[in-house]
Amino acid sequence: MPDVEIPLEKWTGKVKEVKIGGGGRKEVVGGGESTLPFLAFESSNPNPPKIAIEVHDKEPTTWAAPLLSAWGDAVKDPGTWAKKAVEFGADLICLKLLSAHPEGGNTGPAEAKASVEKVLSAVDLPLIILGPGVAEKDNEVITAASDAAKGQRVALGNCEEKNYRTIGAVCLSDGHIAIAKTPLDINLCKQLNIMLSDMGVPADSIIMDPDTGALGYGIEYGYSINERVRLAALGGDAMTAFPILNHAGGEVWRQKEARASDGVPDAWGDLEERSIIWEAVTATSVINAGCDIVVMCHPKAIERIKSTIEKLTGK
Amino acid sequence: MALTGIQIYKFLPKTNCKECGFPTCLAFAMKLAQAGAELSACPYVSDEGKAALAAASKPPIRLVTIGAGEKKIEVGNETVMFRHEKTFVHPTGLVVRIKDTSSADEVAKTVEAVKSYSVDRVGMTFGMDGFAIENASGDSATFVKCVEAVSSKSDLPLILMSSDASSMSAAVDRVKAAKPAIYAATKDNIDQMIELAKSSGCPLAVRSSDGLGELAELTEKAAGAGVDDLILDPGVRGFADSLVTLTQIRRLALAKRFEPLGYPVITFPGEGASSLDEEAVLAAQHIAKYGNIVVIDCFSPAAALALITLRLNLYTDPQKPIQMKPGTYQVGEPKETSPVCVTTNFSLTYFSIAGELESAGWPSWLVVCDTEGLSVLTAWSAGKFDAEKIAKTIKGENVAEKVNHKNVIIPGGVAVLRGELEEELPDWKIMVGPREAMAVGGYLKENWKS
Repeated sequence: MPDVEIPLEKWTGKVKEVKIGGGGRKEVVGGGESTLPFLAFESSNPNPPKIAIEVHDKEPTTWAAPLLSAWGDAVKDPGTWAKKAVEFGADLICLKLLSAHPEGGNTGPAEAKASVEKVLSAVDLPLIILGPGVAEKDNEVITAASDAAKGQRVALGNCEEKNYRTIGAVCLSDGHIAIAKTPLDINLCKQLNIMLSDMGVPADSIIMDPDTGALGYGIEYGYSINERVRLAALGGDAMTAFPILNHAGGEVWRQKEARASDGVPDAWGDLEERSIIWEAVTATSVINAGCDIVVMCHPKAIERIKSTIEKLTGK
Repeated sequence: MALTGIQIYKFLPKTNCKECGFPTCLAFAMKLAQAGAELSACPYVSDEGKAALAAASKPPIRLVTIGAGEKKIEVGNETVMFRHEKTFVHPTGLVVRIKDTSSADEVAKTVEAVKSYSVDRVGMTFGMDGFAIENASGDSATFVKCVEAVSSKSDLPLILMSSDASSMSAAVDRVKAAKPAIYAATKDNIDQMIELAKSSGCPLAVRSSDGLGELAELTEKAAGAGVDDLILDPGVRGFADSLVTLTQIRRLALAKRFEPLGYPVITFPGEGASSLDEEAVLAAQHIAKYGNIVVIDCFSPAAALALITLRLNLYTDPQKPIQMKPGTYQVGEPKETSPVCVTTNFSLTYFSIAGELESAGWPSWLVVCDTEGLSVLTAWSAGKFDAEKIAKTIKGENVAEKVNHKNVIIPGGVAVLRGELEEELPDWKIMVGPREAMAVGGYLKENWKS
């Protein structure tokens, strides 16, 4: 029999481990990889990818039908929603403070604080808390969220190139984790990590969201950014060596493939089946490319990815 | 290993005769090294040079063809581990398995569903690529009958699956001209399967039940007997095993130039999964990580759409995102009173919005700006889709002459550009459309008064 010698990569870098939770709350650890995803023959990656389930601070009236029917009335209240997410197998809760959007309620710090407290008291999972994506409002509500979650080491975001100081500083003072979000560009990704580090945010307190598109809507960009960032980290670049977070669910459920049942070609098949596969395939793609925390929405897609991760890691 | 221009130059006549169309032999050599020219363009290169260059330029993963004619599947020739390093080149073949234990009705139904399956994406049409017919009955006559039934109804390429060499021989005989793949040679039947592959000229899949060492031993035997068109089945099925093993095969082929494993790989995600959606997720993993032919057991339109889309996405050349030529496109037959919509030249963005306008029944002028193939938000954040660019395109395209109004709709995702755009285009009324293409019909109904 020919001797087949398996080539091993000798990586010099290692992804930082980031611990979310604590202070009486469950802890999860992301990162820590010393090789590419699931290549156990080469090195051990100690922490399997984690699933964060999306919870909003207000009822998602424009959500796709398959999501609304899967979640039922739970989505009327963030606390109930989060509890249900625990039942559906969440490792973390990703709370989006969408009601603070100027065109979506324009709520302020008091409401943000109340929503965060609701979720914190409803479940003991670690939290990711995101603002509505409008710089001024993000700073306002994330500052309040940070205060409400003091001592429980949550992940706060998004820190973006033009707006990272306030959230970065809040993370620093309250001991939280900063989520650094950049638009599908490895250089911007690295640059933002450097800026956060220069501010004094410790290396064990940064998570990167290098962005992705859904399947059919730019998944290839997300896939390749994840791979590039991770390869850079394993190659020894400390400023890309942070855990990766991807919003697979949020991207997928905006798209027509996850929403439309009428007026689409027969070749698209059944909406329920299609939408769940769409989210599962998007999630599995980003995980295979290096994602550490995947944010998801549909319970059946979540179940599928949970089992996939277990099978990939043997855990 | 690929040769550099300088290494190739040594084999050229160095006469600078220009007959190849390049000014010097060195320039030609450089072009050859980038695969931008063919060696045959040089009439004077020696046979020795040809042989040396051919050996050096032998692809690390062989290109294998299944089937004949227009619909043939070509897989292999991949040169990278990661698509961003260059690109993946030959999209994964997606084939559907039919077992000869199914009733004639079931077979006919599956064949019809699969061969008529067709989806349009970014202006192109895609479908499933072939059938794998398995001799699950173990009976030769039943197998042959099933193969004939499928091949009489479809001209898609076939993979014939039987471990029994005489059944295989009988089936191959019926469809030889269509160059089906023979699946599979194993250590128990390899000699007969090699003979069959040789006499029929069909590609041969080789399956190991004991690791890559056995697999390499089998392929060496086949190659030694003159069968070069091989397909690998390393015999692993589940998520973790297939990821690890397929990664190792690709690495051995590319990094080590390990020829015995320098062939495309076939996978069977249905055998590593216990439900339709699990099969789809494992198939997705195989598309991303190093499967070249993926055999699907549960054909469903929804899953097929997802897998075809993933394949299209991951096999897109990262250097050349699928782009539209910038300009003004007509959706339907727009009139002077029709809406003017602005978008980017990322082809997916274009086809999404054009498709929605069309299906919602709004003939329109679609002004496509040059954003270097980036989508609305990505282009905006990269500074390639700003007010200045939009204004310049509207003016350059003489949009004002095509319509009798001065209303232009910009994507909702770049609502922030309205103010600046009002300054750039003072005669125009800037309208902010919806964020998602699918909402454009409702938006126009509400907001467009012609």
